[in-house]
Amino acid sequence: MARAVTTQRKALTTAAAWTAALLIFFPILWTILTSFKSEADAVASPPLWLGFDWTLENYQTVLERANYFRFFLNSVILSVGSTALGVLVAVPAAWSMAFVPGAKTKDLLMWMLSTKMMPSVAVLVPIYLIFIRLGLLDTRIGLVLVLMLINLPIIVWMLYTYFKEIPGEILEAARMDGATLRSEILYVLLPMAVPGIASTILLNIILAWNEAFWTITLTTTHAAPLTKFISSFSSPQGLFYAKLSAASTMAIAPILIMGWFSQKQLVRGLTFGAVK
Amino acid sequence: MSTQASRYAARAMLSPSVILLLIWMIVPLVLTLWFSFQRYNLLYPDRTGFVGLFNYTSFVASPAFLGGVLHTLILVLGVLFITVIGGILLALLIDQPIWGQGPVRILVIAPFFVMPPVAALVWKNMFMNPTNGLFGELAKALGLQPFDFLGDAPLASIIVIVAWQWLPFATLILLTALQSLSSEELEAAEMDGAPAVKRFWFIMLPHLARAITVVVLIQTIFLLGVLVEILVTTNGGPGTASTTLTFLVYSKSILSSDVGAAAAGGVVAVVLANIVAIFLMRAIGKNLDA
Repeated sequence: MARAVTTQRKALTTAAAWTAALLIFFPILWTILTSFKSEADAVASPPLWLGFDWTLENYQTVLERANYFRFFLNSVILSVGSTALGVLVAVPAAWSMAFVPGAKTKDLLMWMLSTKMMPSVAVLVPIYLIFIRLGLLDTRIGLVLVLMLINLPIIVWMLYTYFKEIPGEILEAARMDGATLRSEILYVLLPMAVPGIASTILLNIILAWNEAFWTITLTTTHAAPLTKFISSFSSPQGLFYAKLSAASTMAIAPILIMGWFSQKQLVRGLTFGAVK
Repeated sequence: MSTQASRYAARAMLSPSVILLLIWMIVPLVLTLWFSFQRYNLLYPDRTGFVGLFNYTSFVASPAFLGGVLHTLILVLGVLFITVIGGILLALLIDQPIWGQGPVRILVIAPFFVMPPVAALVWKNMFMNPTNGLFGELAKALGLQPFDFLGDAPLASIIVIVAWQWLPFATLILLTALQSLSSEELEAAEMDGAPAVKRFWFIMLPHLARAITVVVLIQTIFLLGVLVEILVTTNGGPGTASTTLTFLVYSKSILSSDVGAAAAGGVVAVVLANIVAIFLMRAIGKNLDA
């Protein structure tokens, strides 16, 4: 706002906003702090804030106990793989909805979104049985397919909203110049839509990384990502706060760092392209 | 733009997405329907056969069913209420001229990056646990009796955890919408002597309507499926105090291996989800055109 604001008022709102932000962030901060404590310090009463003996032993124990890097690698493969495949399938669909809209385009889009409303638990057993039959249970390719399918409606919707901002005349001009459909999309549309596509990819990598229903139910060891890794810490015998915190930090750190570095595209993506 | 050729091309390019989603939706759904009329329990593989509506009647008649529907509604509406109201307040606050808007925004987004099992485990153990959790410590420091959140108020506690995960999303969308509001309009209203409450009610809120609709739509899609948070924290209990419809179906299929009953429950869940979907899509469809 272009109004002059008194310094005093600005200081007050700044303090309020920072307080709220720190409260929201606090559970994550506390988890990270606890991951560097000894188990005794982690449950000390009253709680220890910064004055404790910082240690890396929890990370060491967690790394010894579980093969973190295999889970991590699976998370990367599943989230990046499913997003890449999803974008590949969704770009043509979004192109066609944005530039050759028909009477039913809006209904089609809404139908796609509504498939996401189908409760996953309702189809868990059939999918499970199909996966066993096809030998896809606990395989990366099977999980990539499932994650791609559950995020496909969102990818199509987001790409559609970004494509719609691009004037159709530009594509038409390219076509007049003799561009084939393929080169029209590859060399004219996609370069102009790069920011939107980047946002779409980022958001869907995060959604796939954090997807915790199918990744937990359809994997055991071979294809298990970090969601499964952290679930193994929910059993009571493994319940030590410091180790739980270290494992939690290791599960969320990669995506937290990626998210912070790409904040601008992500904020765009987080609005699912629907709010400007 | 719409020559005959491009129409054909458009249809051809739509088909992979549509066909994939159709298969993904219809094949498992048909199987679920089929199972729902069968006696099919993984623990008794030799007892099979058509049982008519038995699975449905026993699922709907089970005491956990009505509670499950009710708990699902409370969970979804509770989280929506907290995130929309909280999101509006936070967005208004962050939209003010403040120092360090960037870092504040980064801190506020952070919970969105936390996977559900981590969020649930951290809240359950390190905050809500009455003996070692921080809330217990806080109560002790204030001279109060520690409260067993997940034991005595399980559903409310789960709502808090899930709302924490979704608050960043609501805040960001509402903030983005707020920032696109022209400041002239607000200044003009201020010049005319409209008090802050009126400026909010008559100028900002109508402007936010579309953003709020998007928040409600997207969150409802995800909230209807909330399961891991319940599984990790309360396992639906104590008793069935935090058993939602989703959790009930899950427990039938995984915990009691009763595929037939789970399938019937699944079909019921699909029907209810569709009612919500139709209702929402109507409201949204109208709002998204604008």
